[in-house]
Amino acid sequence: MNIQDMPDARGHYGAFGGRYIAETLMPAILELTQAYNEAKVSQEFQDGLAKLFTNYVGRPTPLFFAQRLTEKMGGAKIYLKREDLAHTGAHKINNTMGQALLAHHMGKTKVIAETGAGQHGVATATAAAFFGMECKVFMGVEDIARQAPNVKRMELLGAEVMPVTSGTGTLKDAMNEAMRFWVGAVEDTFYVIGSVAGPHPYPEMVRDFQRVIGDEARRQIMEAEGRLPDTLVACVGGGSNAMGLFYPFVGDKGVELVGVEAAGTGIATGKHSASLGAGEVGVLHGSKSYVLQTPDGQIQEAHSVSAGLDYPGVGPEHALLKEEGRARYVSIEDDQALNAFHTLSRAEGILPALESSHAVAWAMEEAARRPKEDIILVNLSGRGDKDLETVLKYMAQKGA
Amino acid sequence: MSCIKNGFETLKGKNEKALVGFVTAGDPDFDRSVEIVRAMCDGGMDVLELGIPFSDPTADGPVIQRSSQRALKSGMSLVRVLEMVKIVRGFTSIPIVLFGYYNPIFRYGGKAFCQDSLAAGTDGVLIVDLPPEESAELTSQWEGADFDFIRLVAPTTGPDRMKQIADEASGFIYLVSMTGVTGSQGLDSSKVGAVIAPLKAVTDLPVCVGFGISTPDHVKAVAMVSDGVVVGSAFERLIEENLENPGLCGMVREYTQSLKDATKI
Ligand SMILES: Cc1ncc(COP(=O)(O)O)c(C=O)c1O
Repeated sequence: MNIQDMPDARGHYGAFGGRYIAETLMPAILELTQAYNEAKVSQEFQDGLAKLFTNYVGRPTPLFFAQRLTEKMGGAKIYLKREDLAHTGAHKINNTMGQALLAHHMGKTKVIAETGAGQHGVATATAAAFFGMECKVFMGVEDIARQAPNVKRMELLGAEVMPVTSGTGTLKDAMNEAMRFWVGAVEDTFYVIGSVAGPHPYPEMVRDFQRVIGDEARRQIMEAEGRLPDTLVACVGGGSNAMGLFYPFVGDKGVELVGVEAAGTGIATGKHSASLGAGEVGVLHGSKSYVLQTPDGQIQEAHSVSAGLDYPGVGPEHALLKEEGRARYVSIEDDQALNAFHTLSRAEGILPALESSHAVAWAMEEAARRPKEDIILVNLSGRGDKDLETVLKYMAQKGA
Repeated sequence: MSCIKNGFETLKGKNEKALVGFVTAGDPDFDRSVEIVRAMCDGGMDVLELGIPFSDPTADGPVIQRSSQRALKSGMSLVRVLEMVKIVRGFTSIPIVLFGYYNPIFRYGGKAFCQDSLAAGTDGVLIVDLPPEESAELTSQWEGADFDFIRLVAPTTGPDRMKQIADEASGFIYLVSMTGVTGSQGLDSSKVGAVIAPLKAVTDLPVCVGFGISTPDHVKAVAMVSDGVVVGSAFERLIEENLENPGLCGMVREYTQSLKDATKI
């Protein structure tokens, strides 16, 4: 089987993926799988989604040649795929409109979601408002503190934010709590998972809704340069913006795929979120993939300055791309991401999300090492307004 | 014949239903956990379900979540759980079933897990997040071993799927009494009969019912229509409320006895 034809019918990506969930949820997952399989080949569904993308999300998002940043680095050309310009300010809306449209087709009137940075929560609250659905968003207390503006946005959109105190109060704990709630409400509630993680069919479905990023980027770079880029770069939390960009290029052997994980305060310090770079194969939140864990199989806490990357797991399709050597995964520390945040803001007048700043940071360093003819295409997955408080605090701490 | 099957046959002969008791291994620490299990055995428990602590128990409510955290904090691991089984096996012959999430077992290695569990005196395992769709990767490593893989049926499981699950099951079948995590409130014992009937129609295996059962009255009502009753969160609540109480084991024994009496019909 070609790797771009994965997953198989049971939701496996080679040795990864699957449906490792409680029996109570299994019938709902099977129902969702069937509904999604029908939607995939339904012209009506696909046309409906395309219309929403154009008229509501604001697609296509531009592919922007970052000339000043390129000149500053003095090497390869840097292009930015401007997902920060999509409605609600991040790529997350592509997926939530897709899932909410599916939920609507399935006759569901209640949705739940987990969120880290709050971007997926805002995007779910938005989609729920659009379709007139009741919405609850689970969010760790640590993230509620560091992403306060997004909490207010969700509430203004009519969603109920459910604070999660277990664990470190971050994304993993929010997902635990959302799954617990779902077990009790599965009969009438649709769970909108925010990344290419979770049990099948989520990794496939979320990838399919996000591939619009890569499909557009491919067309746009052909128009701008007449050729495919040499390298694609995206940050990897659960991996949805990266998978969305990479997927349409997986068959193009000449295009290098680079996923950037959060190295936190450094891989050696143990305070990081590099599941692919430093984790082991395991099962978390319904699928098998790379997971940060102890030798005894206990899940470890992740760390990152960016709430959206602060997750000890990663989508199973990335595990496959890593295993097959089709993509490589690198990591960027908090300091480097903050530096990229400032550099891009000053050079181009674009405040990137701290998540996206990880991809920008790696692209900047790499561009400086590469010849001027090379093209590096970065997924600017979201805007940084939500991160102002974190950035200001960080600057104060560093005495900058 | 497996130890589990044997146990249920014996009870049948006595006109009793099985009291299945759950506690998390190592809660609040290794030594006290052994004593708590001893008290449950003294109180007349018929089957021990011993929880393997896990950092992210997504099918458990707050009470069992906290018990898992206490156990992990005290240094519990799967290796230590098996050491504990060995000690428990020294003082009881009732069936012992491990209960947990897949990741620790996956990391341990499926084959080694089965061998070491059997060697320690375990009779089977129930893995919350390993549904029939994924379980072959584990059970295929156990060819020929007398080790039961206990399957779950939920209120959401439809009749066709129920039959599929029942056909592959061994030991007993664990019927989840209601949609929700462990420790959920509001069990309507009068409705359990309606869920159990279609399952009984497709299996000869004993059916044990769990989730939300905490009082002798619950036990009595559910024992009328099932082969066994699982009590978990209620034990853990008792432990949690009496962490510093030297009389804890006595309370556990008495509580077990009160539940066991309710299974005699
Ligand atoms: C702007 C932005 N980028 C990236 C991510 C990380 O998620 P993923 O790896 O699924 O794209 C998030 C998550 O919250 C985000 O808000």
